Formats: sequence, structure tokens, C-alpha cells
Amino acid sequence: MLRTLSRVSELPIIVKQLQKRCHNNNIIGGCRIFSNNHNNSNNIIRNGRYSSSFFGLFQNAAQAGVSKTNNYATEATVQVNRPFKLHRLDEGPATEVKLTKDQALKYYTQMQTIRRLETAAGNLYKEKIIRGFCHLYSGQEACAVGMKAAMRDVDNIISAYRVHGWTYLMGVSPSGVLAELTGVQGGCARGKGGSMHMYAPNFYGGNGIVGAQVPLGAGVGLACKYKGNGGMCLALYGDGAANQGQVFEAYNMAYLWKLPVIFVCENNNYGMGTSSERASCNTDYYTRGDALPGIWVDGMDVLAVRSATEFAINYVNTHGPLVMETNTYRYSGHSMSDPGTSYRTREEIQEVRQKRDPITSFKELCIELGLITTDEVKAIDLKVRKEVDEATAFAKSDAELGVSHLWTDVYSNNLEPKLRGTIAYDIDHIQERKGVNH
Amino acid sequence: MNIITAQLGHILHNCIRFNIKCSWSRSHFTYYPTSLGTGNRMNMFNAINNAIDLALDEDKSALLFGEDVGFGGVFRCSVNLRDKYGSQRVFNTPLCEQGIAGFAIGVANTGATAIAEIQFADYIFPSFDQIVNEAAKYRYRSGGLFDCGSLTFRVPCGAVGHGALYHSQSPEAYFAHTPGLRVVVPRGPIKAKGLILACIRDPNPCIVFEPKTLYRAAVEDVPTEYYTSPLGKADILRHGKDVTLIGWGTQVHVLLEVAETANLKLNIDCEVIDLVSILPWDTDAICTSAKKTGRVIIAHEAPLTQGFGSELASYIQEKCFLHLEAPVKRVTGWDTPFPHVFEPFYMPDKHRCLSAINDIVNF
Repeated sequence: MLRTLSRVSELPIIVKQLQKRCHNNNIIGGCRIFSNNHNNSNNIIRNGRYSSSFFGLFQNAAQAGVSKTNNYATEATVQVNRPFKLHRLDEGPATEVKLTKDQALKYYTQMQTIRRLETAAGNLYKEKIIRGFCHLYSGQEACAVGMKAAMRDVDNIISAYRVHGWTYLMGVSPSGVLAELTGVQGGCARGKGGSMHMYAPNFYGGNGIVGAQVPLGAGVGLACKYKGNGGMCLALYGDGAANQGQVFEAYNMAYLWKLPVIFVCENNNYGMGTSSERASCNTDYYTRGDALPGIWVDGMDVLAVRSATEFAINYVNTHGPLVMETNTYRYSGHSMSDPGTSYRTREEIQEVRQKRDPITSFKELCIELGLITTDEVKAIDLKVRKEVDEATAFAKSDAELGVSHLWTDVYSNNLEPKLRGTIAYDIDHIQERKGVNH
Repeated sequence: MNIITAQLGHILHNCIRFNIKCSWSRSHFTYYPTSLGTGNRMNMFNAINNAIDLALDEDKSALLFGEDVGFGGVFRCSVNLRDKYGSQRVFNTPLCEQGIAGFAIGVANTGATAIAEIQFADYIFPSFDQIVNEAAKYRYRSGGLFDCGSLTFRVPCGAVGHGALYHSQSPEAYFAHTPGLRVVVPRGPIKAKGLILACIRDPNPCIVFEPKTLYRAAVEDVPTEYYTSPLGKADILRHGKDVTLIGWGTQVHVLLEVAETANLKLNIDCEVIDLVSILPWDTDAICTSAKKTGRVIIAHEAPLTQGFGSELASYIQEKCFLHLEAPVKRVTGWDTPFPHVFEPFYMPDKHRCLSAINDIVNF
């Protein structure tokens, strides 16, 4: 146990090891805080580094938990390790969060699936089966999984071009994602979008133009408010896109009209090849909304992201927009054509992988808490591998759409009976699919 | 003919997708180099790098900037220039195209030389307002008191085989609609260097659309010394008497191959003209050729409707009406967004151009 722990220096503090459902629920600021009435549970405080006393305490805690229940726990309360930073907020997200066994299994499966999907996509690209542009999310999984965990059915999300993981989380199967990347008809956009252009209900998609999706997110937020359905929109962009003028235009409109929008800056530290310090006058992206309140959250900690998003959802529906910065890291280059090592060192990447990896740290936390067994981890890994392998095989073997689909879905109603082309004007315009937003 | 074209295209497409070794080229064109019989062997990004190097060396006020330009740029056109001229003159900008364009205009307003890169032509639209409303009209609206003439935008454009919707477009026609700008498109390394140096020196804001697929694919012997290519002048690359074929950028190479095929298989003698300069365009060269052959085909990658071919066709019918043997024909991209997997079918490739030659001769 101790050996595995030592590989993860950023584990959240384990505050209380709970027995089955021995707690009360309190609702504070939209976030659920769980207080533990169990007298025998141990509190563990950690100051960034493991000390012998910490290990001792931890051992006691773990032992106490196991001996009390004589079984694995089904839920636990965890303290977010790296504190939230707040801008123009008196109160922030809950730092103590509940994690059930089901949630633990779900988040681990989701993050592991995204990691595997991206590895598969990278390999398909190297085999030249995926062509063009391909931006991998490896390293940033906790951001998407944490946000998705907090989202309700009425909520929406729009993002940029690093969206394979989001597409999967929003309901597209791994084969739908990989098939889109290889441009075959089983893809979620039928092979007509490719890497940056994937969509699903409530997921307004990837966008190939840096920053262009952010005002769209504000518009989706307006629709939620107008309809009064209680929903909101997550508008995601990177630290590079944070310098696009239209991001600020969107902040301003959203604030003026109190729109339920969470502007999420996924700060992976590099806008293509430029580090954030060299591109942004203020790298505290959570403060860049000026009058808009902001939250900084550790984007490598799925529970911290979930807690912050839960808080933010409640906030934006009550008060209007908010900026949330998830501090994260991408392991790959900006896209497949960027080896990702000319502007940062291999050691830097290696260090993040070893110390802050969102999947490893979460897995080890769950094992230590007794929420997941190593056997369950192995079973999930095997299942995910099998699913992604099958999806890869499908993406390689499925057929492309026929060439006549080149000119479909350009307009809903073309007004002219024939589509203007180049050689002949004898092609009928066809709308094949009605949008999910209608 | 169209069905055969589609079938051939499909075979080619499958070869590309599955990387099957076949005699087909991976590109949709075969490169036809220009030869001056002198110079060093360079591909197009080397030649552009050489041109900017000379410009920065000659003009101490010249600045080079854009997204990732300091690192050499995503297409390597500015590689080593920051080391040579310092980060005061060659530098990265944040990802903000409107800001880049406005900033460049401001630099040029002061009389300094601004060479700005928009990383992909598809990203130029956030800066459209700055280019069209600020740069193009500066001289006119100040009654000649101010201008931003020492401004040059370098913009990679065009199809590259796998760019899909936002890394493939050819937006030259949008800018050709704006008096006050100059717009050029090189077909290879020699031309790229000459045009960039001419644009930098030209006292008007210029846009150089560089077909990105040529950066590595186009290799020529390029003179290493300073030279400029004339703006507003077309190049007649192949003389012929039966049909005039007009293109620019990569499409020129498609047309040169088609002209060869037409000569061999159909015994049709085509004249091939690289328009080079979109705004202003060389009306004399085009009309002289149109009057000679009486048949004109214009081919470009951008969509048909309001593509720059429509301006050429309109002008040709007005000025050469009595000389024409057939209506002017356009072979272009379709009126669809630039497609992902369907790129081979979208392109005005050699099969479609050859079909058009056959049609125009048998009109």
C-alpha cells in the first residue's frame, strides 16, 4: 500500500473513512457537504509531502475502516487536495466531497476509456488511417469527467477541437468516435466532420477555429434562460484561446444579461507551442472575466473539478456567468504534427505523468479508500481495452458514405431545386438529417 | 465521363486512405517546376524563408510575427529567423487573428514594415474586419495622408489532402472584392520568393496566399539573391492555340498536366496561364489569350459561386465576346463546405478539367 502511495504525491487528503451510509447530508451553496457522525474515524492532514507520521496515520485510518466494516467501503468523504482559488466570490466550492463506490467505478472507467481512445486515435494516425488534424486529450481526462459528473440532463457543453473524450462522455460510443476520426459512415458525424467536428445531444460540438465556440456557448446559455428549463452551458476553451477577442465579448454579454454560462478555461499551459506565460498578460485565467467571478481548480483531480462544477452550476443559474479555470496538462503535442517536446522538456512531461496523472492518482485514492479493489481495476482495464480494440477494428473496417453525400446537408431548404456545382447543375440538394436541436 | 471520373477518383481516394502502394501520386497534382537555370535547390518554405531573411536584412524596420512564428512557424517558413534577427523583430503572437491584423496595420501606419502570418487562411476571418475595413481603406479615407502600405500578410491556403473544413479553404475571392488590397498566389518557390519580396516593397497592403501543399512538394532551383516578381502580371506557362486554361496556385500544376494529356490523347493544344495576381489581375494577358483561342476554362479550388473565376468569366465575355467559340467554363470546388473524406471528389482535379476541355471543344 505504501509503495503505491509513494508514486502519487498529489493524492487528495483522506479525511474520513466512512462506514456504509453513516452520515448526514447538508446542502450548502448547491454543494453537498457530508458530515460524518462516526466517532471512530480518523482525520488525516497532509502538507504536500508524505511524512512518516502521515503514513502512520493513514495506516491507522485504513485499518480502522477495514476492521470496522470487515469489508470494502461503499462511500467515503474526501478533501480536495489543492485548494480552490476564488475571484470575486465570498464562498467557494465544497472542499469535502463524497465519493460512492459506483461513482468511483464510473469515473475511473470513463477516464480510462478516454485515455485508451486517445491512444488508439494516436496509433491510427501514425498508421495514416486517420488523416489531417487530431488533437489528443490524454492528461486532461479529469476535467471532462469531473464536469460531466456534475452536469444534469438539462445542461449543455460546447468546446473546441480537443473533444474526442467529451464526445464519448456525451453519449457517443468509442466506435462512433474512432469511426468519425477515420472518416467512415459509422462515425458520429457520418465521417463528414472528422477529428474536430463531433456532436451529440446537448453537446454543441467541437470547433476548429480557436475561441469561436465561446460566444456560441453564451448563446446556448441565453436559450436555457429564455426557455426557463434551469439548464446552463459550459463553454470550454484553452489557455491559448483565452486571448481571442471574442472570448471577452462573450464574457461581457453573458454578464450583462446574467446568462447561465460557465466559461471554462482548460489551462494545459501551452497554446500550441507557446507557454501561457509567453502568451497571456495574466495567467490567472479565472480572474480574466473582470467583473465575472472566477474559480481556480486542480484539473488533474476529478473530484475537485466535480465539486467546482456543482458549485458553478448552482451559481450561474442564480447569479449569472462565472469563469472556471481547470489547471491541467496535455501529454501529447498540440496536435499529431507537434511532437510536443520542442517547447518543453521530456522531464516535465514525465514528472506530471508520475506525480499528477489524473487516472493513476484517482485509482490509487479509490483503492486506498477501499472503494475499488485491484481486481475491479483490472477488470475495468480489460473491459475498456476490449471495447476500444473493437471500436478500432470497426473504425478500420467500416465503409465510407457514398460520394453523393458530398452535397447533402449544405442547406435545409436549398430554394433552388438543383445544387450549384461545377460541371453540371443536375444534382438535387438533400437534407438527410434533422438537427438534434430541433 | 463523370461516372468514370468518379470511379477513378474513388480508386485514387482508396489508395490514399489505406496507403496502398500504387503508381498514383498521393497528391491530386504533379508538380511542374519552373527553371531559371540558376540558384540553389529549395522547396517553397525554404524559398519563403530566404525571401523574408533578405527582407529583414535589407529593411531594419521590418518585423515578422504571427502564431508560432518565433519557433519557425508551423510550416517552417520562419525557421532560424528569430535567432538571426532577435526576438525584438521576429516573435510569436497570442492566438488572436484580429489582434494580429490590427497590430500589423498599426505597425505599418508608422512606416515600419510589417510581415504578419495568419497561420491558416481558414483563420483569417476573425481579422477580416481589420483587413477589409482598416487596412484596405486607410489611404483613401485619410485623403492620402496615412497608409499601411508596408504591410504584408502571409497566409497558407488551399487543399492539402486531409485538411477538412478549417484547414483547406481558398478565400482569395473575399479579398479580391476589396479595393485597396493586393492579392497574389504563388505556384512554387521561385514565384513565392519574388512575390513576397514584391509585396513587402509594394506601398499597398498585400496578401500572399501560399498554397500549403506546395511548401514541401514544390522544389526548384531558386536564385539566392534579392529579386522581385511583378505584381499584377500573369505568366503564360504553356503556349497553345485551341483552349486557354487559367488557374493559380496548386491548380496551375493540375492544368499543366491536363494540357499535356489533352495534347496526347485528344490532340487539343492548350495554353496554360498562371494568373499569379488575383487583385489586380492581368486583363491584357487573359484577353489576348482568350481572343487567340476563343475557348477559356478557369479552374480554382474555391467554390463556384462568386469564386474569382466568375469575375474572369464576366470580363472575358464582355471584352472578347465576338472572339469566343464557346461560353467560358469554370471547373471549381463545389458549392459545399470544404469536405473531409470527400476531398478527392470536391477538387477540380485533372479528370474534371480534361472533361471540361472535351466539352468546350465540342460545344
